[in-house]
Amino acid sequence: MRTLVAFIKKECLEQLRLSKLVILGVVFLILGIMSPAIAKLTPWLLKTMSESMAESGMVVTAVEVDASSSWLQFFKNAPMGLIAFILLQSNIFTKEYQTGTLIMALTKGLDRYKVVISKILVLLVLWTVGYWMCYGITYVYTDYYWDNGIMQNLLFSVGCWWVLGLWVISVMVLFSTLVKTNTAVLVGTGGVFFGTYLASIVPKIKEYLPTFLMDTAPLTAGAESPDKYMMSMIVTIVTAIICMVLSVFVFNKKDI
Amino acid sequence: MLEITNLKKRFGEKEVLKGIDLNVPENSIFGFIGKNGAGKTTTMKAVLGLLKADEGEIVVAGEKVSYGQNKTNRYIGYLPDVPEFYSFMTAPEYLKFCGEITGMCAFDIKKRRIELLDLVGLGNEKHRIKGFSRGMKQRLGIAQALLNSPKLLICDEPTSALDPVGRKEILDILLSVKEQTTVLFSTHILSDVDRICTDIAFLNDGVISIQGTVAEIKEKYRTQEYLLELEGEENHEKILNKFKSIERNINNQLVFKDDKENLYEVLRFIADNRISINKLENIEPSLETLFLEVVKK
Repeated sequence: MRTLVAFIKKECLEQLRLSKLVILGVVFLILGIMSPAIAKLTPWLLKTMSESMAESGMVVTAVEVDASSSWLQFFKNAPMGLIAFILLQSNIFTKEYQTGTLIMALTKGLDRYKVVISKILVLLVLWTVGYWMCYGITYVYTDYYWDNGIMQNLLFSVGCWWVLGLWVISVMVLFSTLVKTNTAVLVGTGGVFFGTYLASIVPKIKEYLPTFLMDTAPLTAGAESPDKYMMSMIVTIVTAIICMVLSVFVFNKKDI
Repeated sequence: MLEITNLKKRFGEKEVLKGIDLNVPENSIFGFIGKNGAGKTTTMKAVLGLLKADEGEIVVAGEKVSYGQNKTNRYIGYLPDVPEFYSFMTAPEYLKFCGEITGMCAFDIKKRRIELLDLVGLGNEKHRIKGFSRGMKQRLGIAQALLNSPKLLICDEPTSALDPVGRKEILDILLSVKEQTTVLFSTHILSDVDRICTDIAFLNDGVISIQGTVAEIKEKYRTQEYLLELEGEENHEKILNKFKSIERNINNQLVFKDDKENLYEVLRFIADNRISINKLENIEPSLETLFLEVVKK
């Protein structure tokens, strides 16, 4: 247990000293503020543009903005947050392979599974804190300007994206134990995500795929109930756990 | 302390290790000598359980090494050829991290950390490892390897990339820890071996061709070869004319082997002709000639 804590402490120090923590904080802060800000600015933007648009024959009527516009933006920004997170953290294993820093730790008798568990834990905590902080900021601002009460299943919808994030991170961790370079991790993770996205074209399996969790618009509008998302949610969580367990086994047998 | 039996490893077509047998006795400084690419690092990685051997057995301090698991590594301190540290840490932070992942108690870590940083001359270094020179990294590498007082210290070419001053520092440190631990280090710098090793093994073409204590090996491969230097160039000519198998070396000295020319015959000739001698020496085989001989075979 002490050795695990020691390695987690090292991971945290790394996140801090290599400025990853600050960058993530700033990204999620900006994304959190951006959603209500864009919603708030939309009428003003359209108004200033309306004159030039009128010249080209378009007529801008008064735009009604409410909490749903802000949350629409939030769900548009969520992928950006996830992509930034993955880009920033995709070298969490590969950098250690390339520099050989892990060899020193492993030859000291550190169990291999502790390396994987530490990194997974740090990634999950960072994603959770960052994402929910982003949510909190959007929630407070949106509530200040409009009324969050009109939103249906808001927490569940936000939770969908959080779970999807966990899934993508677990895929990234698995690829990090399989391949040696940062690029390969990104290509692999992106490939799996894109493949799943493509597969969701097939209507029969669409509701069972993790990518279904991205489709939150009907939820917040109250057109769908969370029940419809349960299968996708279960599949996502189960495959994420499988990826994480698998990565421990793969890492145990890896040539480092 | 370390026993390797019939270790084999193949990378694709190339068979790097063709059955290595190696025995490192306790409290020795063991020089593991071989050309670049001979398989020294491969052998060491197998000992550390970082590499899967195709065949053979490795025993460290009475325990068998198994690939992927690091149990036997608690007896071993390891310094890779180019040690890489978490560059965002300072030297004391890194040693603390190493101590913690080895499971040492906080008190011991603190004590050993101060001792070792003083030993390797990094006691006053406050900067992050990012700015360290190669020599400093190598010294920190030795400190981390010695942290948990290992029974066996394995160093992979610790001096190869260093300047003469850095090399001397490392060799002095290795010599100073001899009492506490067994040292196994690989190298191709033979003067380093001559300076500190008690035992050596030559790795060539995938097998150990010579192994034993330095004194034993030098004795075994001693040839009755003599070096003779006389006063006056004309006397050299006289000897060369008289004894056909005597040769002149690059420093204009005379060299001969006892099995071809009898030493006493030569001395009698010198005495009869009243030639004065500057120097007469029984040449010790240098590790270098030994090494070249082994590689040639």
